[in-house]
Amino acid sequence: MYDVVIVGAGIIGTFIARELSRYDLKILLLDKENDVSNGTTKANTAIIHAGFDAPYNSKMGYFNVRGNPMFDKICHELDVPFKRVGSLVLAFDEEDLRTLEKLYENGSKSGVTQMEILDGEEAQQIEANISKKVKGALYAKTAGIIGPWELAIALAENAMENGVDLRLNTEVMDVTRLNDGYSIVTNKGNIMSKILINCAGVHADKLNNMVSNNRFKIIPKKGQYFLLDKTVGNLVNKIIFQCPTDRGKGIVVTPTVHGNLIIGPDSEIIEEKEDTATESHRLKFIRQVAEKSVPNIPFDHVITTFAGVRAEPDTGDFIIEEAEDSPGFINVAGIKSPGLSASPAIAEYVVNLVKEIYGSIKEKNFNPFRKRVIRFAKLSDEEKDELIKKDHRYGNIICRCETITEGEIIDAIHRKAGATTVDGVKRRARPGSGRCQGGFCLPRVMELLAREKNKNMEEILKDGLGSYILTGRTK
Amino acid sequence: MNYDLVVIGGGPAGLAAAISARRKGIKDILIIERDRELGGILNQCIHNGFGLHLFKKELTGPEYAKCFIDEVRELNIDYKLNTFVLDIDDKKELSVINSRDGFFKIQAKAIILAMGCRERPRGAINIPGSRPSGIFTAGTAQRLINMEGYMVGKKAVILGSGDIGLIMARRLTLEGAKVEAVAEIMPYPNGLNRNIVQCLEDFNIPLLLEHTVIEIKGKDRLEGVILAKVDENRSVIRGTEKYIECDTLILSVGLIPENELSKSAGIEIDPLTFGPIVDESLETSIKGIFACGNVLHVHDLVDNVTLEAYKAGEKAAEYIKKTSKERVLKTKKVKLYPGNGIRYVLPQYVNIDDLDNNLKLFFRVNDIYRDIEILIESNGSLIKKIKKNQVFPSQMESITLDKKLLTEIDQEILINVK
Amino acid sequence: MDKIEKTCIICPIGCNLIIEKDPESKDGYRVSGNKCNRGLQYAIEEMINPTRILTSTVKIRGVSNKMLPVRTDRAIPKGKLFQVMDVLKELEVELPIKAGDLIIENISNTNANLIASKSIV
Repeated sequence: MYDVVIVGAGIIGTFIARELSRYDLKILLLDKENDVSNGTTKANTAIIHAGFDAPYNSKMGYFNVRGNPMFDKICHELDVPFKRVGSLVLAFDEEDLRTLEKLYENGSKSGVTQMEILDGEEAQQIEANISKKVKGALYAKTAGIIGPWELAIALAENAMENGVDLRLNTEVMDVTRLNDGYSIVTNKGNIMSKILINCAGVHADKLNNMVSNNRFKIIPKKGQYFLLDKTVGNLVNKIIFQCPTDRGKGIVVTPTVHGNLIIGPDSEIIEEKEDTATESHRLKFIRQVAEKSVPNIPFDHVITTFAGVRAEPDTGDFIIEEAEDSPGFINVAGIKSPGLSASPAIAEYVVNLVKEIYGSIKEKNFNPFRKRVIRFAKLSDEEKDELIKKDHRYGNIICRCETITEGEIIDAIHRKAGATTVDGVKRRARPGSGRCQGGFCLPRVMELLAREKNKNMEEILKDGLGSYILTGRTK
Repeated sequence: MNYDLVVIGGGPAGLAAAISARRKGIKDILIIERDRELGGILNQCIHNGFGLHLFKKELTGPEYAKCFIDEVRELNIDYKLNTFVLDIDDKKELSVINSRDGFFKIQAKAIILAMGCRERPRGAINIPGSRPSGIFTAGTAQRLINMEGYMVGKKAVILGSGDIGLIMARRLTLEGAKVEAVAEIMPYPNGLNRNIVQCLEDFNIPLLLEHTVIEIKGKDRLEGVILAKVDENRSVIRGTEKYIECDTLILSVGLIPENELSKSAGIEIDPLTFGPIVDESLETSIKGIFACGNVLHVHDLVDNVTLEAYKAGEKAAEYIKKTSKERVLKTKKVKLYPGNGIRYVLPQYVNIDDLDNNLKLFFRVNDIYRDIEILIESNGSLIKKIKKNQVFPSQMESITLDKKLLTEIDQEILINVK
Repeated sequence: MDKIEKTCIICPIGCNLIIEKDPESKDGYRVSGNKCNRGLQYAIEEMINPTRILTSTVKIRGVSNKMLPVRTDRAIPKGKLFQVMDVLKELEVELPIKAGDLIIENISNTNANLIASKSIV
């Protein structure tokens, strides 16, 4: 019998697991996928919003503004890339300028600090490549860029270091209420728990409706993106938003923590909850809208396009509460944007809900730090030399584009919540995320996975179950 | 660590460059190779057809490589395998790592860049759709199948009619897979004729010109692609879309010289070739750094790579033997420009006073042309004119200009198709 | 099969050869579209006895993840390519092996020998 079972190992589930691992509780984190962070968390804009956008009296606004300042500490503890680069919302006409005022006012009410309204010239001074047609901008210094899946992976690892169990490839089929908790029927057998936390992302409605009669609906909304090569990553140095209008929220142009450039997303309600296909007409639209902000985007440097699905609740706001008719069942659902920005504050809040349910819970020995991740390319010459002499596997370059060593890949495989697939390795150590997109290193990464996991090459997956790469031996 | 000459890359270009420098009397040479063995991409090119021009024989890739690897060993040229150059600076100091020696620096008198090229991935051509497994660049599939012995799929579509794509169509077929089609967006094939015939026609594999893949289907493993016909502007013609079921998509959509190291040294890159800008000695914008092979521009025949590399080795040897006074700026530097109908021309500069006796220009045209004249002009006057029955973008052309023709030239040289 | 079109591969021009059955002529075929005599010979050869060099790989005993590249030492009839491939599927060689080493003599009665095209120790 577990004290807490968390369904869904995205950013919300992993964050809650890690925060609950401070206490003397038996916790299980479940996910139906074969890796953590494999849903919305792996495909989004990767930014931490300042918090001026979401309505000040909404849960989105509250948790965003509260969550934003918490990232420095957590990213330091878990060695996750995070940079407070600031954001600009660009205004192109009078209506936009009025929107900036409204955003500023809304942000102030919500408690956002370090905001400033700039005129067009000032905006261009701090961001040289934005359009000359910019009439003004809302500058928010507290906005930042982050590696979202790196954070979720790090949270899962740290949670496991502190005693949390993780079960992947485990899908919830049904839930039955017991006297003192829930019996969770999965494809891998039954699991009992006193508390059940629903962090199932786009599938959170399905899980809720298995348990509670207070139904809600999650509407999957797809957003598509371009990712550009590092050589053009410094085109802008801040997150560049456009003014939200009734026609849409505009397209973001932003650097990533790894020095690439990300452009997107659009927004489209879709039928199939895991449809992450990109479409040429959508990409064309994104491109056109983005060029309004930054006219000379070198689209010939695109290294990939991708899409993510966001969980839009039919209630219009985050659903974070214990279901009224189901004691011990906590929904953390409809966590759409700014969900990533809100995640630390959401986790903190959910810990308090758990405390309330139990009356009190005992703290235990907790190690907030994750073993540092060695990023070979970032070391000094002397450090590189020393490291290779200590462990020769750091002298073997596997990914030429990103200068990733065998040592780093093996570390990514052997950590808790470690990589088991080619894309899992890529999300942790980044081989194959450079300009050749794995052309050279794919066979080498597969070889390392096979060797370290004691598997055949044919068993190695690209990403999800069924994404086999090889179909057998030639002879 | 000090060397007279460091050659970066132990593929066909690097091997020939080192051999030629040694023959010109340079003793102190190091070849740095990042892979597990010398020979580079030739090791995975197990098909025949190499060396037809140079050896008058049809060798396989490994056999062609062996000729040069054997000679490197006979000449006692040093080489380091599994060794990676992280950085070169403009003083020709290299930052290098490998598992055995750790991080170390090498000061070279001269450097030859011979890092080769890489394949354009799916992202570079922006095919929309899902991101399942089963999509490989032709070279990656070639390595897996030929060197490691793994099949990449059962039913394949090949996008792009570059030579590696064509060769892979045959390899996949021989190893038991079904190749549904090769789609080429241009109205003409990108690979050599003999490969069209012997890799596609021999096995009744359709070559669909003016066709491209417009969408990828399948969540986990590739399930199919949508092919469509394009018009003369390479825009998709609506109504021509057709779905082809396949578990494998092989991309053969172009090669790009790999010049990250060249850029780290501050070497000027030609936006047309994606390789360094060089003069008639294959010397880059940094004195004493030379370039040859696919890092300089993408070749269609390895024989030409070898010849180019011989020259780079020779010129690097001359450079090393010169005193610093003799290495002073060359005189009368004239730029060569691609004009009408020409995609690029190499070298980009010529130091006319330093020419040995003639200048061999290499160029590629940007379209198929028939019954044309290639005109070499400067300042409005014609230097040389040659007739060509037929030229293809996929075939590198060359013209030799006698030094005598050039002595009077002091303005830019333009090369045009008429 | 009165008329067959083939691309000539003798030189880069790549003439479109049109080959027709013609009992009157010496070789039984009439060829047009060729710009030179070598094209004519190629066309007739392709009709009478098309041959190809076969290159492939074979397994190495006790070694996984590494194949030995092999070739036929001369061109074999095009129609026998798959027959030879079937033989290769069952083969396994022992190391060390040198480029040029004979693996199978007169493979599938093609008059060609199968040889190693790489040295592996």
